[in-house]
Amino acid sequence: MILQVQEVSKRFGGLQALLDVNFELAEGQIMGLIGPNGAGKTTLFNVINGVYPPTEGQVIFRGEKITGLPSYEVARRGLARAHQVVRPLNDLTVRENVMVGACFGRERHSRSSAASLADQALTQVGLIDRADQFALSLNVAQKKRLELARALAARPYLLLLDEVLAGLNPSEIAGMMETIRTIRDQGFTILMIEHIMQAVMSISDQIIVLDYGQLIAGGNPQEVANNPKVIEAYLGDPEMTARLLAE
Amino acid sequence: MNLWRQPGFWPSFLLVFLSGLVVLVLRQDTLRETAFTVLMFIGLASSLNILMGYTGYVNFGHIVFFGLGGYFGFFLVSEMGWPVYLAALGGGVLSSILAYIIGAAVLRLRGAYFALATIGVNEAARAFVSNFEPFGGSTGLYVNFSAYDRYGGAGQALWFTFILLWLVVLAVIVVSYLVKRSRFGLGLSAIREDEDTAMVMGVNAPLDKTKAFLISAFFPGLIGTLYFFKNGNVEPDDAFRFQMSLEILVMVMLGGKGLLLGPIVGAFAYERLRGYLLTSVIFKNLHLATSGLVLLLIVLFVPGGGVGWLRERFPKLRRWLE
Amino acid sequence: MIHVLPSIIDGLLIGFVYGVAAMGLTLIWGVMRVINLGHGATMALGMFCTYFLFSDLALNPYLGMVAVVVLSLLFGFLIYGVALQRVIQSGYLSTLLATFAVNMIIIGIGTAVFTTSPRNIDFSAGSITLGPVILQGTRLLAALAAVVITGALYLFLYFTRPGKAIRAVSDNRAAAELMGIPSSHVLALAFGLGTMLAAVAGGLTSTFFPFTILSGATYQLKSFVICVLGGLGNPLGALVGGLFLGALEGIVPTFMPVSWVPVVEFVLFVLVLVVKPTGLLGAK
Repeated sequence: MILQVQEVSKRFGGLQALLDVNFELAEGQIMGLIGPNGAGKTTLFNVINGVYPPTEGQVIFRGEKITGLPSYEVARRGLARAHQVVRPLNDLTVRENVMVGACFGRERHSRSSAASLADQALTQVGLIDRADQFALSLNVAQKKRLELARALAARPYLLLLDEVLAGLNPSEIAGMMETIRTIRDQGFTILMIEHIMQAVMSISDQIIVLDYGQLIAGGNPQEVANNPKVIEAYLGDPEMTARLLAE
Repeated sequence: MNLWRQPGFWPSFLLVFLSGLVVLVLRQDTLRETAFTVLMFIGLASSLNILMGYTGYVNFGHIVFFGLGGYFGFFLVSEMGWPVYLAALGGGVLSSILAYIIGAAVLRLRGAYFALATIGVNEAARAFVSNFEPFGGSTGLYVNFSAYDRYGGAGQALWFTFILLWLVVLAVIVVSYLVKRSRFGLGLSAIREDEDTAMVMGVNAPLDKTKAFLISAFFPGLIGTLYFFKNGNVEPDDAFRFQMSLEILVMVMLGGKGLLLGPIVGAFAYERLRGYLLTSVIFKNLHLATSGLVLLLIVLFVPGGGVGWLRERFPKLRRWLE
Repeated sequence: MIHVLPSIIDGLLIGFVYGVAAMGLTLIWGVMRVINLGHGATMALGMFCTYFLFSDLALNPYLGMVAVVVLSLLFGFLIYGVALQRVIQSGYLSTLLATFAVNMIIIGIGTAVFTTSPRNIDFSAGSITLGPVILQGTRLLAALAAVVITGALYLFLYFTRPGKAIRAVSDNRAAAELMGIPSSHVLALAFGLGTMLAAVAGGLTSTFFPFTILSGATYQLKSFVICVLGGLGNPLGALVGGLFLGALEGIVPTFMPVSWVPVVEFVLFVLVLVVKPTGLLGAK
């Protein structure tokens, strides 16, 4: 198991954002993390990669306890992340943005080797012809690709993708899905938050479902899609849903 | 990396190197005094740029390191009888140690809160030194003239100090460039743009910004010692002028923050402008107001500074205008 | 204890005036996210304004304050329009330098016109003796004026439309704009009010301390300390912080040399910023 999340809870003041979350992720897989808005998906990512520590529980990455480590220590151990809200380093060029990933990620490259690694990652996500532009000048779809390239250039064991498809048009989504599949085929393990159900169902090996901070279901896409709890979480009323599905 | 093959390094290095060389060839005392001030501000502005321009932490207390490091170095010269070059190093090291201590507290703050805290540090340091008897309290310290004998009299000592300053400023330029082009410098840029994202990408922000602060603080300590040694005395109001902290900041903005050439051009321009205003008949009494007006126009209309504007306007020149 | 009492009371009375100055600074920060480095210079202008009204027009300083209020409000709008409006969205460094430039311009012109020789307003409002304590009339009146101004500001912010708009913009500029509040007007108003508070505080100070065009700098630094103690952006905190600082300045000299007062003040300032940036009064 590359990632084990054990009994993780997170409280913000009176708000219970995560409660007793348990799951494991096997190497080489794509796992989808789904759930309604406000279910705690991004919070779970933040706990896994050390933006803040969990209130209770453990995160184990490649056999090592990483609970409570600062995010840069987690990054060095081979865990990279693409953000939901794109956060390019605006005053740097696209290439420099990606170089930060390579320089400070798992392999800690020197600046010159990072540059060639960055170009490789940019080629892979189809952004190489923009390499010398400032990140500020990219459109949303391109910024999403930049996020992905930056995470890739860190050569991580595990990639956390937070809604990389959100805000893209259908043809952009198809392109991005293709890119994610090739990344998986190169041996990266991926944990992705995604709202576009069709996409996440078709690409994931495993899916887990979060609702009100708790895991309510897990399994392969087929199982999850037919789980009444999941349907209830998304649509509110199982009878209503059943009726809708029957029609 | 081979420094001598970097197009972005040469303009800055040559500018400082040649201006010092001209002074040494012409050997005029008044020219040396002017050049001393300009070089000093280039050194101070460039070292501030490492923290402010590269890392994005705006320090209003840069002059604290000039003041405290300079005080300590001067103390080593006048009370302990150290040669000035060793004393200057001592001043620099002390400044870095202080930066480490101060940084442990204030580098946790971000944005305007950090800026405010550094204003407090500046004032606390001034008030403290005014009361600190080993440093002469509010009257400060005076150098014993026998200290100049070691260098062949006061006149020779001034030339010697000038050469030391020139070398220190050249070192600031080299270090600034190396930092900018290194992996460390890339990490600093990432911190400047978005500290949280930088950390998620693996940048050890707490450590890296502390390092940047130490480097940035080292040079003012050196420069302060040389400046006070040249003047022959040091007193609190001279060493911790909040105004001067701001002037250095203005120089960085004037030339363009985050650029190697920016603070150099900014310091030159600001000093020349001030020199002109102070001597002109019309502006003599209004030099401060006129400087203020120039600053306002820069902030409002050329926020990237002079060099930044050139880079925008002529993208082909970017290789040379780093 | 009894010998400390007069200096504490004296300190508290001055603290009210410090509080008014700091309130201006904290209002500007809270609403605009601008650190106004021209605050001290504005205070100095308030001092001169009061001075000229008194010495040339023989106007009672407290009546003169009405003129100071109007003039400084207009002056604040002017500064906002010329120096700040264009850079208000570009982050704190730009606005900070813009206000510093304004400071240089005011101080520069002020030095040229007024020189830097000290002046004072020769005005006495008598004194009241309460046991061992002698209260100077000018300081009592200044404290009273400070209380009135604070009350008026509170009423304005909480019970008038423009006041509510200021609080809305302070809370969330983007959301306030979506609600149709013209944020540019509100920002100008906030800056005008902040400038006015600085000028009034300066005017009050000039009735009991001699001053020059450079005098504002000290008060500006004190205002920073007070704002941080009371929590940046919190006007009531600023008043309490002002009283605290005034009392501190009264107490500290009784057991250490007066020259150590600034050391204590600024160390406290940095400590509060680092340990509790929301201020001593602020929420967690």
